[in-house]
Amino acid sequence: MDPSPEPALTVDKLTVAFGKKVIQQDVSFKVAAGSIFAVMGGSGSGKSTLLQAMIGLLTPSAGTIRVGEEDYWAATEERRAQIDRGFGVLFQSGAMWTSMTVTENVALPLRMLTDLADPAIEALARVKLALVGLSGSGDLMPAALSGGMTKRAGLARALALDPAILFLDEPSSGLDPMTARRLDDLILDLREGFQVTIVLVSHDLPSLFGVCDDGVFLDGETHTAIAHGAPKALRDDCQNPTVRAFMHRERAPADAAGPTAEAGISK
Amino acid sequence: MTTAISASPNGRGWDCSLDGGTCLINLKGDWVGRTDGVDPKSPTRILATGARALSFDAGRLGHWDSALIAFLFDLRAAAKDKGVGFDEAGLPAPARHLLGLMATGPAAGSTPPAAVPAAPLLDRLGTWTMQRGAELGQGSALIGSLVLRGGLSLRGKAAMRSGDLVEAMFDAGAAALPIVTVVNVLVGGILAFIGATELRTLGAGIYVANLVAIGMVREMAALMTAIIMAGRTGGAYAATIAAMRGGEEIDAVRVFGIPVFDYLVLPKILALTIMMPVLYLYGCAVGMLGGLVVGSATLGISPLSFFIQARGALSDTQLFFGLSKSLAFGALIAIFGCQFGLRAGRGAADVGKAATSAVVAAIVGVIALDALFDVCADILRI
Repeated sequence: MDPSPEPALTVDKLTVAFGKKVIQQDVSFKVAAGSIFAVMGGSGSGKSTLLQAMIGLLTPSAGTIRVGEEDYWAATEERRAQIDRGFGVLFQSGAMWTSMTVTENVALPLRMLTDLADPAIEALARVKLALVGLSGSGDLMPAALSGGMTKRAGLARALALDPAILFLDEPSSGLDPMTARRLDDLILDLREGFQVTIVLVSHDLPSLFGVCDDGVFLDGETHTAIAHGAPKALRDDCQNPTVRAFMHRERAPADAAGPTAEAGISK
Repeated sequence: MTTAISASPNGRGWDCSLDGGTCLINLKGDWVGRTDGVDPKSPTRILATGARALSFDAGRLGHWDSALIAFLFDLRAAAKDKGVGFDEAGLPAPARHLLGLMATGPAAGSTPPAAVPAAPLLDRLGTWTMQRGAELGQGSALIGSLVLRGGLSLRGKAAMRSGDLVEAMFDAGAAALPIVTVVNVLVGGILAFIGATELRTLGAGIYVANLVAIGMVREMAALMTAIIMAGRTGGAYAATIAAMRGGEEIDAVRVFGIPVFDYLVLPKILALTIMMPVLYLYGCAVGMLGGLVVGSATLGISPLSFFIQARGALSDTQLFFGLSKSLAFGALIAIFGCQFGLRAGRGAADVGKAATSAVVAAIVGVIALDALFDVCADILRI
């Protein structure tokens, strides 16, 4: 992709842990500005935990995360809140605020964090909903949205403040393949239009191959990153057996070797 | 002929010049939605020039985000309405891309439902009445199942787990002791204060013991404990059940064929109904203790004479009267809590609403029921 000299996000020797339980350690990678960066790994490998550290919800136990030039976790809380305004986050479940309409969901960050007048806020919220294809659904309550629409609405809300970096947690989870594909296209379109940097946490192979330029592969066994590179490149060239198995949707090396009953039957 | 207008409040924005029928819009400076917002009047002003086609020059455009897109989106819609041409060629490629995204319209499957027209007043009144009627029916059904399943559970035939009941009894009993203590001691003390000031003038200070004993046993211990439990436990029941509904936990119970009532509602109602009289008795004891402390501090009544006087004032009937009240209050609070929880909506705000309604209904219900008890007692001369 764009060979930008200045990475949007630099993660250096990061360790995330819950108390004494280390989830991931010594993880380092750079997210180039304007790229779509994949955080890959199996279920329970700590992808979402790493994401939490990147978006300010979980203090890492070691290592640094730099946003542009600035050390995110070394900054004061006020400064971190300012940096956060440059982030947009799409949560796995959408996490829409259930007590307000979709439009109000998108408008809330603008109302709380800017001095804009109501007509301007409404115009900006409207354009975001139009961008994700939800023009006609602004007055609905989140409970009335389907799974795909909830993701789109969450994406519109993530875009509310025109973030420089967009974090997407499993955007295609729970969606049918066609809806997931449409969402992938939308992600590409938004990157194209807003030149935004996107960090995408996923284990959905078609999505990973379809949209990501670069990435890091987290291993739940060794608790660290075991491969770096674009998902397609990892699929074609990576020699690590776990990564290979993941990318080709095969049994994990340990399971495949073991003479388990299930393995015997399905072969 | 060339007309020129501009809207550049702070260096950013646009100006346009009309040449023949084509309006050339110069976009310049930064367009940042967060700080500059969007001027909704711009499209009208541009189209008011009488242009028959719009074209753009983005040569001096600085950093832009959705503010520019919102402006172009509105302008394009307004131009389309008036049949004015809209030439995107002069726009930056990413902006054209985003505009293209919005041209496709709503994605499949996201068509909004048709707006429901407001029903006439009479219809709404009828619907409201029927809904209230249905709620009353649901409430009666809950009481019905309570009687049926509660009877079964006493014989050990309901699907309720005894562990759940014990846990609920601890929550509704032992865990509530500190606040029940504080409130009843204070209420007993307050009764003694009121009595002391009046009775002292009559030289009948010792009757403070009668006042505190009868006041606590007949009325205050049951009432105050019920109000505390309505706020503490009734509200918690409603919130817990409502949150479980929101998280599909109750659906998960139901699809297994586990009776929701036995699993979730019965232990709560039984626990509070059983523990309420116990808390009442405890409340009476600590309330009288509060009265004793105040009585001996203000009037110098000795503990022994206070005790003998109070014992003489009380009868078994009064204690029985208070106990029956507390039993009824416990059942009422628990039923309201569970009922409001079970019929709550599935959102976060619905949990709060369910808890509020349960507490308010339970407190009002307890006080109304207390008045009813007193009227009955008056008729029966208890």
